[in-house]
Amino acid sequence: MVQSSHRFKYLIIGNSAGGIGAVEAIREVDRPGTLAVVSDEPYPAYSRPLIAEYLAERCPLERMLFRPSGFYERNKVVTFLGQKAARLDLDEHTLALESGEEIRWQKLLLATGGSPIVPPIKGAGRRGVFTFTTLDDAKAIDHYLDSQSRAVVIGGGLIGLSVTEALCRRGVAVTVIEMKERILNVMLDEAASAIEEELLRRAGIRIITGRTVAEISRGAEDAVTGVTLDDGTPIPCELVIVAIGVRPRLELVASTGIKINRGVIVDHYMATSHPDVYACGDVAEAYDIAYGECRLTPIWPNAYLGGRTAGFNMAGKMTKYPGGIAMNALNYFGLDAVSAGIVNPPDDSYEVLSQRYDSTYRKVILKKGQVVGLVFVGNIEKSGIICNLIRDKIRVADFKQALVAEDFGLSLLPRERWQPHLEVPPSALVQAAETEPAEELVAGE
Amino acid sequence: MKTVYVKEEVCIGCGLCEVYCRLEHSRSKDLIKSFKRESQQPMPLLRVERREPISFAVTCRHCAEPHCVYACITGALQRDRESGIVTVDGEKCIGCWTCILACPFGVIRQEKGKGKIAKCDLCLAKKIPACVDNCPNEALVYAEVQDETLS
Ligand SMILES: Cc1cc2nc3c(=O)[nH]c(=O)nc-3n(C[C@H](O)[C@H](O)[C@H](O)COP(=O)(O)OP(=O)(O)OC[C@H]3O[C@@H](n4cnc5c(N)ncnc54)[C@H](O)[C@@H]3O)c2cc1C
Repeated sequence: MVQSSHRFKYLIIGNSAGGIGAVEAIREVDRPGTLAVVSDEPYPAYSRPLIAEYLAERCPLERMLFRPSGFYERNKVVTFLGQKAARLDLDEHTLALESGEEIRWQKLLLATGGSPIVPPIKGAGRRGVFTFTTLDDAKAIDHYLDSQSRAVVIGGGLIGLSVTEALCRRGVAVTVIEMKERILNVMLDEAASAIEEELLRRAGIRIITGRTVAEISRGAEDAVTGVTLDDGTPIPCELVIVAIGVRPRLELVASTGIKINRGVIVDHYMATSHPDVYACGDVAEAYDIAYGECRLTPIWPNAYLGGRTAGFNMAGKMTKYPGGIAMNALNYFGLDAVSAGIVNPPDDSYEVLSQRYDSTYRKVILKKGQVVGLVFVGNIEKSGIICNLIRDKIRVADFKQALVAEDFGLSLLPRERWQPHLEVPPSALVQAAETEPAEELVAGE
Repeated sequence: MKTVYVKEEVCIGCGLCEVYCRLEHSRSKDLIKSFKRESQQPMPLLRVERREPISFAVTCRHCAEPHCVYACITGALQRDRESGIVTVDGEKCIGCWTCILACPFGVIRQEKGKGKIAKCDLCLAKKIPACVDNCPNEALVYAEVQDETLS
């Protein structure tokens, strides 16, 4: 039943990294075009990774906001927050909200992100079992905790360890259960995983790898009393966090005929198989530079950049997506670690260079003479230079050893990598640093 | 936009730009005090690369396509639409270091004590950035280049 109808030139579903990237791009190109954002979360766009800060120290919402207050007014964005998009009609160019309202659109962006994967575990799906992907999840856990709580976190990836560190900062005793043989097995290599694991253990966190949770047991009033692992080991706890990962949130597109694989398939312009519908972020399979193919890379920077590209194209400014790279930065318990691209080479057609210096570990992965991946632990300040060799697809065969040198820096790269960016371009209008500062100097002495 | 460029052929790698950058971003703005007594010693927000016989200062490029801004997960990094200057909001930065991984020039610094990044702000309040102003060899120049992305 249609209660009321709205009309917008641009409609964005999802008010997070991808959605905001698109809003900002659209407004750079088209100020007057009508624009609306729908999200089933009731908050202004907030930084999703910061839900860990909320849980750790109840970081107030104002400090979690991705954009300053007034953002929507300034950008003339009509918001439908706390409203779920229920049905998409591509022929009619309409979106029905669960509230019954209907929105007509000319260009649509799917920035619906991902939803947490919850495997069928006996005893799950009731009190004391949580996921950790939204602010409301963090609030629910915060509410449930008390100082004596013990937690089992299922999943030793980025989300699992984010919630683990936050809980640990709250004084909760945490056991992490990771099905694979090591934690952070997607974003780190073996050596870096081992460093992180040691660090977490020293912080008092128990880590069990190669196991899964078979059952969640409950006592009086349905309260969680513990979990049993697949080898029969019981672990007592009061709460369980399922943090196995996210999968693209496809429910809206599933029956529309828009082409999907694991996520929504998009072209170099972030357009889906329907010419008026775009997709970005965790829901989309966009071009990945390191892999040279489209795939899911569910990280914040890619969502923002994909949304920005989609926004330009929606507003008529043809813009090619430069491609994303899986890039991650960690600093659990004060140890810095970053990785990008292909971290665990799948076969021996890759070349691996690695070095250790005191507390620093560096690894660079090459394929066909180009950098496709990196892992840095400890001193990470120059990691961006290498990450951008991936982005720019630079042939590094002639200077590859320099990439893992202790004193690595721009000057170890061929001149053409730095000089054009640093030296005064011929078109520049030079502000006379000669005259003014000289005068100042004289005056000052 | 206006930013700092380097003339590598006349840079002697003396490091005065680093000294004056630190001074400008110190609390006391006093050379001795800021280097010897301030508890939160500022760090140079640019860096001199030295590789005999080459030396040059690397400063933030305030890129028209700022990868650091796109990568910022909290919204702390922004590029001003008019001046083009990329700045960090110290209140919002949580020191996740994603921008460091995104910066092609490796010029974003970690202020470990504060758990935040530090980066070149072109000495917002000054007409000419301190590094340029104090380079004894005019190896640093402050120059304006057309940038279509600015309004
Ligand atoms: C705990 C945690 C820590 C993380 N840490 C990092 C990190 O350190 N670095 C990093 O790069 N990435 C990190 N990520 C991943 C990052 O948050 C995501 O990649 C990013 O949020 C993706 O943005 P997005 O815009 O694609 O979608 P999302 O942020 O998932 O937002 C999608 C929005 O759309 C809404 N929506 C979906 N369907 C509908 C519908 N039918 N109707 C209405 N609204 C709908 C959702 O409710 C949601 O608000 C982390 C994620 C989590 C959960």
